[in-house]
Amino acid sequence: MIVIAALTIREALRRRLLWVLVGLSLVSVALVAWGVSTLVTMARESGTEEVAIQLGVSQVLILIAFMFSFVLAMTAAFLGSPAIAADLESGIALAILARPIRRADFVVGRWLGLAAVIAGYAAASGLLAIAVVALVSGYSPPNPFVAVVYLAAQAIVLLTVTILLSTRFASVAGGAIAVVAYGLAWMGGVMGGVARALDAPPLAAAADFSRYVLPSDGLWRGVVHGLEPAIVTAGFGGRPEAASNPFFQEDAPPEVFLVWSVLWVLAVVGLAVVSLRRREL
Amino acid sequence: MLNGAPPVISTTGLRKRYGRTEALRDLTMDVGAGEAFGFLGPNGAGKTTAVKLLLGLARPSGGHGTVLGRALGDREARRRIGYLPELFRYQPWLRAREVLELHADLLGIGGGPGRKASIGRTLELVGLADRAADLVGGFSKGMQQRLGIGVALLGDPAIVFFDEPTSALDPLGRIDVREIIRTVRARGTTVFLNSHLLTEVEQVCDRVAIVDRGRVLAIGDLNELLGEPEVRVRVAGLSPAAIETFAMFGAAILVDDWLTIRPIDDARVPDLVAAIVRAGGRVHAVEVGRISLEDRFRGLVGAAALTPPASPAARAPGPDWPAAPPR
Repeated sequence: MIVIAALTIREALRRRLLWVLVGLSLVSVALVAWGVSTLVTMARESGTEEVAIQLGVSQVLILIAFMFSFVLAMTAAFLGSPAIAADLESGIALAILARPIRRADFVVGRWLGLAAVIAGYAAASGLLAIAVVALVSGYSPPNPFVAVVYLAAQAIVLLTVTILLSTRFASVAGGAIAVVAYGLAWMGGVMGGVARALDAPPLAAAADFSRYVLPSDGLWRGVVHGLEPAIVTAGFGGRPEAASNPFFQEDAPPEVFLVWSVLWVLAVVGLAVVSLRRREL
Repeated sequence: MLNGAPPVISTTGLRKRYGRTEALRDLTMDVGAGEAFGFLGPNGAGKTTAVKLLLGLARPSGGHGTVLGRALGDREARRRIGYLPELFRYQPWLRAREVLELHADLLGIGGGPGRKASIGRTLELVGLADRAADLVGGFSKGMQQRLGIGVALLGDPAIVFFDEPTSALDPLGRIDVREIIRTVRARGTTVFLNSHLLTEVEQVCDRVAIVDRGRVLAIGDLNELLGEPEVRVRVAGLSPAAIETFAMFGAAILVDDWLTIRPIDDARVPDLVAAIVRAGGRVHAVEVGRISLEDRFRGLVGAAALTPPASPAARAPGPDWPAAPPR
């Protein structure tokens, strides 16, 4: 398992995709720094109150986090979908699985290696963006580390789905299914918030249920909560219309949801193991 | 040969079905330690399926078997098995040496000078020592094939399965692979050679199973399958009485200009030629051979599967159907 995980990390580092993403992320962070700096400078010159500026920057930071969460989700899909499928297609898996390793070691090793890469990328890009915004605006979110952990967790959920799909589907098909599932889960969360605001309990319940089917949107809400300043949660908390805003989150995700998310990831990795075990090579 | 020793590969009624297609039917065979066993058949005969079943990469639909005395797919057995898949590609972003290091890790071969020496020897054996630091992505198919053979031989396995090992190689590469197989065999390693190339099997294997459409049509020693040796002499000027005197070498038959003596000991061919010359015959050509594996194969599988020229004497040398060399 460790051999496969190390091989996976080495592959990610040697292939261009990760470095292209790192380069694009650095460009994005530079653009964010320039944009936020310009915004803050102009607002201060026009005499806007500092509280309002900090409030504005906090919301911009949440939108930046959303962009990174999307990039991370896509990265997870692009890295995860060929993780096993490409090895099966190329015959690499035949040579590896004829060795004295279990198929479970192969799947879990692949998952571990990619999860480490994605978590590292999420931590580096997320914390860098937050640090740069703090540097140019003076605004620091209340729980930046918690937000980054949720950011990475959301991507790992998507990675886990793509690894499962990778045991059965060709790379492109698995990646496409995962991206669609991610979009549907996010829309499910938005619809649930709107249903709550408009007092439509059955739809809200269906949306809540969708978070348990694919916990990515629920974890995204954890990112928002970690970045949301107390003044915003105090001002908008409890108002029905606030629930319809996917970029506002009053409460942290409940513990039961976090436990479920961990169990969900373990269960889907387990399913991937069973799926590969049953597959004829 | 088994010689009473327990077989290293043993199967009884092994079957594999993919949906409606029966890829392998009732494979029953024993392969002894140190043998070079050829599994010969046309494309789609079920050869690769058989190897995948033996390695545990596919599950049998029926029957059972053992490899190295353990159940098919057993992890401990796989530690002592090398495998070159038919269709494969190694990680293009790894260097040749790194591919071998990866497989050394997967085999649990620890660090130290022994490991480094083993990898170095393997690279040397397959002729890639000077390309060890090159990325596999830049390798030709033939070089990848050599690397694959190296991977299969890493760690001195007790059995090595080669699935079409020369399929991507040029004629010189094929000769090299035959030499490698002979070297490996000389170390006592059992070789299981899947091939549709008759010459390849004929030149390196002691025993052969001929398979077609999932069925084993014949199995046995190469000598048993190939039959008795013969010599054909194109000769002129011999009287019927002179021909009768050649019975001391074997049964003699003259058809047109060709005198065939069968069976004959290879070592006595020069004496026969000398006797013909003494009897006044003018010798134009001498061909030593016997029924070729190709003829045997064609007889079993049917002419429809393969259509090379029928006569060994008339057969044009080619990559798949070269003239059978004297044995």
